[in-house]
Amino acid sequence: MDNSNKREWPLWEVFIRSKAGLDHKHAGSLHAADAQMAIENARDVYTRRMEGVSIWVVESKNIHASDPGESASMYEPAMDKIYRHPTFYDLPDEVKYM
Amino acid sequence: MTLAYTLQLADDALIIGHRLSEWCGHGPILEQDIALTNTSLDHLGRARSLYQYAAEQFNQLPADKKESFFTSVALMQVVKAGNAIDEDDIAYLRDGWDFRNLQLVEQPNGDWAHTVARSFFYDCFNFLYFSELTKSSDSKLAAIAEKSLKEVTYHLRWSSEWVVRLGDGTDESNARMQEGINDMWMFTGEMFMASEADKHAAADGTGVDVTQLKSLWEQKVGEILDEATLTKPTGTWMQQGGREGRHTEHLGYILAEMQFMQRTYPGMEW
Repeated sequence: MDNSNKREWPLWEVFIRSKAGLDHKHAGSLHAADAQMAIENARDVYTRRMEGVSIWVVESKNIHASDPGESASMYEPAMDKIYRHPTFYDLPDEVKYM
Repeated sequence: MTLAYTLQLADDALIIGHRLSEWCGHGPILEQDIALTNTSLDHLGRARSLYQYAAEQFNQLPADKKESFFTSVALMQVVKAGNAIDEDDIAYLRDGWDFRNLQLVEQPNGDWAHTVARSFFYDCFNFLYFSELTKSSDSKLAAIAEKSLKEVTYHLRWSSEWVVRLGDGTDESNARMQEGINDMWMFTGEMFMASEADKHAAADGTGVDVTQLKSLWEQKVGEILDEATLTKPTGTWMQQGGREGRHTEHLGYILAEMQFMQRTYPGMEW
């Protein structure tokens, strides 16, 4: 890493809860010097149009991701196992919102 | 007299809003560019509500009072033609001497530290001011204060944090923040000098007694400066005149830029 990069503020990932009861969703990323500034920057960048009621931030370097190159072995084995979906039950008409 | 009082509040809001909007597209990073633009829009929104209220009050004045209230030629042409005025007329058709904003808010942006220092002093004042104005006997002013207080609380948080960040940062950031604080200091005294409009409004319960806010303001500012390892300026000589229409040279340049379109193409919309 060269010197100019070291002087830049770290990158943060921003998660916004759009309203109480829902879960936080990834909204995007931004630069900030620390967590407090990251939350405030997120407030200004990502909630200007009433998008949220709660903000989480996490420094991007702390996110560990799966390797896209391994997606075949990671995800394809699930594809032919439709019996894992609870779609084989007969639901009574009285049960709604399932 | 609530008209004069409403106008000085509106002018503070318009001019600081315009100053902060000058950072749009020039912020040090994208995130702070947006932060300042958001803040600018808070101030402009407050200016609009207050100018609308001022226009409403002005339009109810008897004819002779109307013709002597302002002395700006362009605005008087509208009034003398018998037309009701609106918030745009008040913002765009008055000359500098009819503006009653504090000199602090018209000071140039300078570097980031100067902008932060100006905002910090003003936000701290605004926070105390609007906390009090929510108790106004004028329901419209009280409602505007209520809404503004939420915005101002965030403004103060933002500017206080930057004062601490830069003051308690590197040698360079500390020196520049101190310079910003020192340069803006002599414009802070005016906030606590009651104008004629202030005195009337405080007496009849519509407005805030600004002289009462000084010690609270000094305490709050002192705490943040301590935390920022900055030195509170000791100078006691203060600039004044904004509330009487006497301004620093900077206001004229702001108005020239801000009013140019409406003066050149009257009534233009876009």
